[in-house]
Amino acid sequence: MPHSVTPEAIPAVEQLIAKSEPGTQDMAMDDAPSAEVEDKAKVNLEDLFDDEDSDEEFASSAPVKSEEDASQPAATFKISDKSQYSDPDVMRAFYQRLFPFRFFFQWLNHSAVPSNDFAHREFAFTLSNDALQRYQSFPTADLLRKRCIADTPPRIDIGPVYSTNPRDRKTLRKASAFRPISRELVFDIDMDAYDDIRTCCTGANICQKCWAFITMSIKVVDVALRDDFGFKHVMWVYSGRRGAHAWVCDKRAREMDDSKRRAVYGYLELLKGGDQGGKKVNVWRPLHPHLERSLSILKEHFQTTILAEQDPWAEQNSAHLLNLIPDTKLREALQKKWDSSPGRPSASKWADIDSVAKSGALSKSSKELLEAKQDIVLEYTYPRLDADVGKKLNHLLKSPFVVHPATGRICVPIDPRRVEEFDPLSVPKVTELLVEIDEWSGEDSEKKIQDWEKTSLKPYIEYFRVFVAGLLKEEKEKGGIKRERDENGDVMEF
Amino acid sequence: MIRHDYSRVEPKRRANIDPKKRQFAKAEYAQQDYKHRLNFYTLPPTAEITLEEFETWAINRLKVLSELEACSFRNRSPEETAEYMTSILNKYLPLRANTSRGTNLQEERKRDHYSHFILRLAFSSTEELRRRFSHLETILFRLRFREDDPRERQGFVRSLDLEWEEVGDDEKRELRDQMLAAIGSKREEEQDWFKVDWERVPELVSQRKVLLKRGMAYVPAKEQTSLVVAEFTKRLDEQLELTARALPRLDEDDRLAPILAHLSQSFTAPEAAYSSSDANIDGLSAINSGAIDTLSQNFPLCMQNLHMTLRANSHLKHYGRLQYTLFLKGIGLSLEECIIFWRRSFKLMTDDKFHKEYKYNIRHAYGDVGGDSNRRGRGYTPYSCQKILTEPLPGPGQAHGCPYRAFNVENLTGLLQRVGIQDREVLQGVKEDVKKQRYHVACNRVFEFAHKKEIKKVKDEGTWSATDLDTIVHPNTYFKRSWLLKHLGDGNAGVVSGDKMEE
Repeated sequence: MPHSVTPEAIPAVEQLIAKSEPGTQDMAMDDAPSAEVEDKAKVNLEDLFDDEDSDEEFASSAPVKSEEDASQPAATFKISDKSQYSDPDVMRAFYQRLFPFRFFFQWLNHSAVPSNDFAHREFAFTLSNDALQRYQSFPTADLLRKRCIADTPPRIDIGPVYSTNPRDRKTLRKASAFRPISRELVFDIDMDAYDDIRTCCTGANICQKCWAFITMSIKVVDVALRDDFGFKHVMWVYSGRRGAHAWVCDKRAREMDDSKRRAVYGYLELLKGGDQGGKKVNVWRPLHPHLERSLSILKEHFQTTILAEQDPWAEQNSAHLLNLIPDTKLREALQKKWDSSPGRPSASKWADIDSVAKSGALSKSSKELLEAKQDIVLEYTYPRLDADVGKKLNHLLKSPFVVHPATGRICVPIDPRRVEEFDPLSVPKVTELLVEIDEWSGEDSEKKIQDWEKTSLKPYIEYFRVFVAGLLKEEKEKGGIKRERDENGDVMEF
Repeated sequence: MIRHDYSRVEPKRRANIDPKKRQFAKAEYAQQDYKHRLNFYTLPPTAEITLEEFETWAINRLKVLSELEACSFRNRSPEETAEYMTSILNKYLPLRANTSRGTNLQEERKRDHYSHFILRLAFSSTEELRRRFSHLETILFRLRFREDDPRERQGFVRSLDLEWEEVGDDEKRELRDQMLAAIGSKREEEQDWFKVDWERVPELVSQRKVLLKRGMAYVPAKEQTSLVVAEFTKRLDEQLELTARALPRLDEDDRLAPILAHLSQSFTAPEAAYSSSDANIDGLSAINSGAIDTLSQNFPLCMQNLHMTLRANSHLKHYGRLQYTLFLKGIGLSLEECIIFWRRSFKLMTDDKFHKEYKYNIRHAYGDVGGDSNRRGRGYTPYSCQKILTEPLPGPGQAHGCPYRAFNVENLTGLLQRVGIQDREVLQGVKEDVKKQRYHVACNRVFEFAHKKEIKKVKDEGTWSATDLDTIVHPNTYFKRSWLLKHLGDGNAGVVSGDKMEE
């Protein structure tokens, strides 16, 4: 089997073992090292070739491969569903035919003409042997595409834009000349954080019931970013398994320093304290308008998702609920009631709080009880953000539109206006998409139809296209005279 | 790319002199007239001072800043800090109001002005020093701003010419309820409101203390302090950055350079509270991974908690592992033994997963892998209490941080009882300390109780000096002292030799 690894991949400069937390989507590598681990590199390369050799066992993938030039969709090989999602052949076909490089480029470049916004941007490739190549950068979308097709990375992360080209960082006289200068403000919501209140699934599994946690988080955070902070270009992306990322792409957001990022996170964070911290919500009254608004969004979800579906206080599990009730007299009355009828579901227990309080077992004011109940609603529904992803400028975050290696699903954008309709379990898998291309039976009219238009990925890429167009339009308007001159000529197409 | 509008000295105020004669020319505004007590330090000084003045003024200011830093380490409230600092400020860096009868107002202000710029020179060289300097100068500025005469303060603020838009009456009426709710005020008092880009008040945004609408923050007039202070910090940071870049071009002979170097050295980093000598404990032979269980009796509560969580779950989350690994490194556990320790502790995990996802981080903490600077610096230093206490609180499922801060009272009491602190009085004391947010006081209280007998003994025998029993501000110091005290009779003299414990 010919080595489909391009020569530039072989002197792999920095191959690091991925050191992600189990389960988290993004690697904590804010000060992750850029060491050359030479002995490692050797081992990794061997692994890499092993992988290539093992291709043979996928009988369905015919050996015909168009190597570099994929603009001719001549390659016709069938992929069966059984192929591993990050199999190099699947990946190659994916990057050749489906990954929206053009819009991807425009998204990060903020203009149609190649600029440093794209050229100095760090990309990190996770290779099929789990080695991580950091500080990759590409002057144009085409070169990125070529490299993806050659290396077939199962995962691509996006880092910040640096002051100089990341590839040149070691040739600089002074280390301080290489520093991150901008990146999107990002958020990561992961199901991990909900493990203590999620009853339907555990670990990496999700179902529609627990996806509701992500749905309500998106609602709350999205409206705060837009109405409070005034950001306009917020893109939500499904992380491929059980979480979602937000990319705030406004120029104002991209240029924020770490302290401002921390401020945004501080504004949005509510739940404090570890498992031993007791009550996690401690807020002033009157509620801050942001919390007031969040509460009105979340109330409804509390009724459906928490009380009806998750049922967190069923059977003997009501201790935590009792702890959150500030009134000792009421707490004892409830404890007695629930002990005598252990089968009561959470919804009834929740209703019991008011009914028992009304029957006279309340020593504090009803206002205090209402506030305590509000706090409980917030504790169970308020977004739990993974703070470490977004507080630093130079953190890596998984790119949109890559394939999740374990589920095969594409990291597609989520339209926040229709977030309720989003179903993570119906997001297309890479293998399904490749089959769809092959089964497509429409005719090529005068306008050439892209491969992705033949698949169920189409609406997602359309959404991305419109999003990017909106971003570019604003950049152009704000760009002023200098940009205008560039635009006088024909817009360059990629 | 980045514009430094503020940092530029206005052209007409610059010393317009022929560059060839610059060295000998007289600046046009040699002596500044200080109208206000407070100063944003926009204009650099140009008058001549003697070398001796240069040094003494700087040292005096440095003393003030160090005291301020000590206050922030001890978690003193702004009021306590103000009270404590009054006498120190009067002694080293007096700065009186216009209304005071002081005759040498101008002289005081000149010293304040010059000493600020001298320290700026001394502390601009590294990122670390710049950050600390800017932090402390900000505290000092805030302190003075709060105490300033209201009328003079108003005059000063006006002179700054900050662009704040006032909220109009219509908008005020429309948003009043929301604005009041945002600042947590129930009273309906009338006050003025400003409208600024939220980026200018990150502090208030972060604490959710202002109303945000479409990127604008609605700031009440009484939060003016925060606005002015934020502006002060912002300008100072920019200026420091510029100073740092200009520093190599400071074509200086050997008169100022040694003074400057000396100044920045004496401003030692608080992280130095951990010294590598903490790892060498007399009588404690090389620790291996199997000994941790026994030694954990001598650990401070934060580390005991991590250890117990680890034993209970056979797992710890990332920050827990980091905090614990660094501590273990600090007590002298070698990298190899540390890897063995974690491998054995994660009982439920496959070798493959451990090697792939965990081993690297341990090696990184020890400086065995990673970037050049990481390896040269032998990884990270063990966390001090200061560091642990200023990190964000642990989230769900996490066990790192300081239990005195992260636990609620019931759970904290439970934990203390589990590690053998049953004494009512001590528990009550801890409760009160924690309520006042004096977490390290609580920790030291527990330490003193747990080592009551031994402390009495070394005090009576006079083998330990008072500094050896100073307040503990580092988990590794806690361990070292605890271990030594508990092994007094084991042939070691129990003398804490050599290590300086700084606060």
